[in-house]
Amino acid sequence: MAGEPTSAWDEGALRALVPRVLAGLVRRGEQFDAAEDALQEALLEALRVWPAHPPRDPRAWLTTVATRRLVDARRSEAARQRREEESAAAEPAPAAADAAEVGDDTLFLLFRCCHPALAPASQVALTLRAVGGLTTREIADAFYVPEATMAQRISRAKRTLRGRRFDRPGDLAVVLRVLYLVYTTGHAGPPDRVDLAAEAIRLTRQLTLATAEPEAHGLLALMLLNHARLPARVDAQGRLVTLDRQDRGLWDRREIAEGVRVLQAALARQTDQRPPGHYQVEAAIAALHDDAASAAETDWPQILSWYDDLVGLSADPVRDDPAAVLGRAVAVGHVRGAAAGLRETDRLRDVLGERHRWHAVRGHLHELDGDLAAAADAYAEAARRATTVAERDHLVRRAARARAAASPPATGARTSAHARDGET
Amino acid sequence: MPKYLLLKHYSGGPEPHHPFPPMDQWAPEDVEAHFAFLRQVRALLEETGEYVDSQALAPTQTWVRYGGPDAAPVVTDGPLPETNDLVAGWYLVDVETRERAVEIAAYISSEPGPGGGPLHEWIDVREVLSRSSSPSEE
Repeated sequence: MAGEPTSAWDEGALRALVPRVLAGLVRRGEQFDAAEDALQEALLEALRVWPAHPPRDPRAWLTTVATRRLVDARRSEAARQRREEESAAAEPAPAAADAAEVGDDTLFLLFRCCHPALAPASQVALTLRAVGGLTTREIADAFYVPEATMAQRISRAKRTLRGRRFDRPGDLAVVLRVLYLVYTTGHAGPPDRVDLAAEAIRLTRQLTLATAEPEAHGLLALMLLNHARLPARVDAQGRLVTLDRQDRGLWDRREIAEGVRVLQAALARQTDQRPPGHYQVEAAIAALHDDAASAAETDWPQILSWYDDLVGLSADPVRDDPAAVLGRAVAVGHVRGAAAGLRETDRLRDVLGERHRWHAVRGHLHELDGDLAAAADAYAEAARRATTVAERDHLVRRAARARAAASPPATGARTSAHARDGET
Repeated sequence: MPKYLLLKHYSGGPEPHHPFPPMDQWAPEDVEAHFAFLRQVRALLEETGEYVDSQALAPTQTWVRYGGPDAAPVVTDGPLPETNDLVAGWYLVDVETRERAVEIAAYISSEPGPGGGPLHEWIDVREVLSRSSSPSEE
């Protein structure tokens, strides 16, 4: 978007109003899909007009313009409405934004956008537009598809929702999954795109204003605790840097502190009947990594004990949550020895044997075991199955390094390799 | 300006200039030099205003065809012969002339391989048919 840094209204402030205005329109009885279209047009107009003429009450401005668009749309449809424009012109100015109201509006809309009748890709797209206030173009860019494709995905999703009743609360678990999907998409993506990770954090933060559900707070904590490490995850050449090699000085201490605070508050609400859920446990593991001053100081026994809890949340963890079993295998490798960790991964061969992460974890455990030839083979297998260029290149590097260390080149080539990449 | 697709292959194409092992068997510094070169290719094409797109493909290949009205799709994913054309990725460039596309392809093919010398990899140069006909041809 064409946000001028000098204008009184930056994009973030504008987008924060989206769920408030949209929820207001829908609660007043407007159709969700029509209201969403109208607000999208109002947002584009705001970006055009506001830098030169900032409104006194931005929320009322957006509501008024979106209402005019709705009226226009109805008029062109039926060519009979006459005087609505006047009646829509003067919205009462709202009181200063109340945090609880912002949360309620966000939750109200998230339940719609994350309706179980929609496929995950549609839930994500609709959430980013209707709750996040991103333009169709920005969402299309974030997912590397043409704008027309994303526009079609969004309008089909809205058509699916038309006529459905929303008189019961939605499924919060689905909402949390959608928000986490937005986050992980952003976490993996290159930084020059729309910052979906930050967007997911913003939306989850808004959501936590409306619900005391510990898992919602656990999800926010998990995002913050992972996001804090993002600046160290890629080096200046665009190469992935794994957790154990990251420059911990680059981690965002403020974000970590907030994540820990949010997590502790969520965990404090647990009871014997209601142990911490998936996101809280994952956040606890992330917090332990964030807490270590160096990779060597990582509290692996504590991490393993959280992984035991995580695996315990599923009846059949190998089938239901293989990622947790794989994460636990790494912790087992660090606590009880690499061989024990490798044995844990064996159970996952049928489920994850074709996924790059399974091979990468085995490469890591073989390395830990000192078996560099096996590590090189495992990393090479992982590279063949990688799903991103950055991961693929990273795994090829790991393979080549392990291979070179296992059998130093006989044809007396260079010796500068280790000094140069500084990672061995 | 015409667009050209410059394809890299995992397998297939003319007899290789010289054989070379898979990348995970190269010395680590050669791997780094190779990746650095590829970054530089992209930067260069962006700099000259010729870059359109580049993509890498996973090495897994599946052939699919219609199986008939009440049948499942027919799927074949190998094993395929060593000589099978397996595309690894491409650069899409928008250039003044075919000669320039060939020049860029040759430059890509000079990418450093094991030992640091050029890989001499064959690059498949394909012209993309334009969607619009020029006024002079109407």
